[in-house]
Amino acid sequence: MMRFSTLIKYPADWMTGANADNSVVLTSRIRLARNLRDEPFPGWATREQRAATLEELRPAVEGLAPMKDGFSQTLSDLSSVQKQVLVERHLISREHAARGDGSAAVIERRQMYSLMLNEEDHLRMQAIRPGLELREAYEGLSALDDELAQALPYAFDPKLGYLTTCPTNLGTGLRASAMLHLPGLVLSDQIGQVLQAVNKIGLAVRGIYGEGTESLGNLYQISNQSTLGESEDTIIRRLERVISQVAEHERNAREKLLEDDPDMVADKIGRAYGVLRHAWVIDSKEALNHVSLLRLGSDLGFFTNDTMRLADALLMDIQPAHLQLHSGRKLSPEERDAIRAEIIRSRLHSLPPPDIRPTTRNGDNPNTPETSGDA
Amino acid sequence: MKKVCLCESCAQERGVTDPTGFSLADALLGGMPGQKTVVTQTHAPVTAGGGKQCPACGFTLEDLRRVRRFGCSECYKTFNDELTGILRGMHKGSLHVGKVPKGLMEQQVRDQRLEELRARLDQAVAAENYEEAAGLRDEIRQIELHTGISG
Ligand SMILES: [Zn+2]
Ligand SMILES: [Zn+2]
Repeated sequence: MMRFSTLIKYPADWMTGANADNSVVLTSRIRLARNLRDEPFPGWATREQRAATLEELRPAVEGLAPMKDGFSQTLSDLSSVQKQVLVERHLISREHAARGDGSAAVIERRQMYSLMLNEEDHLRMQAIRPGLELREAYEGLSALDDELAQALPYAFDPKLGYLTTCPTNLGTGLRASAMLHLPGLVLSDQIGQVLQAVNKIGLAVRGIYGEGTESLGNLYQISNQSTLGESEDTIIRRLERVISQVAEHERNAREKLLEDDPDMVADKIGRAYGVLRHAWVIDSKEALNHVSLLRLGSDLGFFTNDTMRLADALLMDIQPAHLQLHSGRKLSPEERDAIRAEIIRSRLHSLPPPDIRPTTRNGDNPNTPETSGDA
Repeated sequence: MKKVCLCESCAQERGVTDPTGFSLADALLGGMPGQKTVVTQTHAPVTAGGGKQCPACGFTLEDLRRVRRFGCSECYKTFNDELTGILRGMHKGSLHVGKVPKGLMEQQVRDQRLEELRARLDQAVAAENYEEAAGLRDEIRQIELHTGISG
């Protein structure tokens, strides 16, 4: 089995998926909640019952073909920083990290699949993919689920579906979500309106690094709320449709900003570049917001092509636990801000300053009239 | 007393995104080693009026009202009446129309068959009909072997 250091040494496949267009939709994530029929749910089980459940789950999960040469560890054998790193990589939940005895994480080596054992439910399995690929993510995960269903006696009721600890997950046990980067909608003041519309159709929206619904780095997560009464396909279809619409709004907003107020856009991106290149101390909020503008600049043609990957790697690597892992010791917040700035400077070392009269990604000059139907 | 739901989606709705709140629920639920008995002891004894309790896991109606989560899959049967109220407004529907675990139907048929065979085996042994018993035992073993279950 894989060591923690090896797992973390390489970026997740979904971060580097070079073929996917992830300029607006960074990642798609599918989560399925499953439980065993004859064991109490993890939150109510005794220590012995949790251990017994884990013993039943673990060989089945480790035996899945994609988990071959993967990472498998009980949470009590991981340090708190290691657990936090897994949380920052979205490989385990915060709740899972808070559990010790009797819980384990089994992660596929490319970090596309991760399975949490004894989280709120006995089994929470998830698939992450780059770009808008909810359906593909679901299909892959569902195949693993089928395999496990043959080996494990799932708690299932014909009327209520998969029985989960919290009734909010009842039925399909499916949570589908996408992480979206929406600086265009934020800068053009349309974000509130768009998110409200999304909320109205019964989907949940939240900022992904902020408190509550506040967003950092213009990153938002959209996910389904209802899990009972509709098929997986219906849930995913609706979500994909809505996300595509939001993404289109975002693309239009970016184009329009560049058309209407190119100086404002160039100024924001230029300042973000300046700060990131030269800051000596930077907290995570400021860094995220500037890295977000680096992403936007890359999409709008202010930077060379690979700047998007550079920015995405930074989003991951400047988080607190990643910084601590990087420096191999516990850091005070002040130390973190200094090391964060140092890492950003070194990564951006060879990035040329933004081209303030950019061409768009497909090579067209935005100032020349565009042929219609190019959306 | 005001009820507070600590599940993921409700917590999000309330703007609580720091899921350490969940560890509180975990502690309340008795997930920490050795705490279950403590929690259970603090419960009021089962009262005649509303003291329903899950026969499989011991989860009570009071537990359900407090944490709005269930103790085991059997709880869904025990608290079926309460479930309707809980589900109201939570989901798009009340009937599962999604995926069914692969092999579940076959499994149910097979389990029934095994149960039947085991009953017949007991009878055969009791009747000292060893030839039939040996045949039944083989059949049971074959089904178990074929499906990878033991015992
Ligand atoms: Zn709830
Ligand atoms: Zn129960």
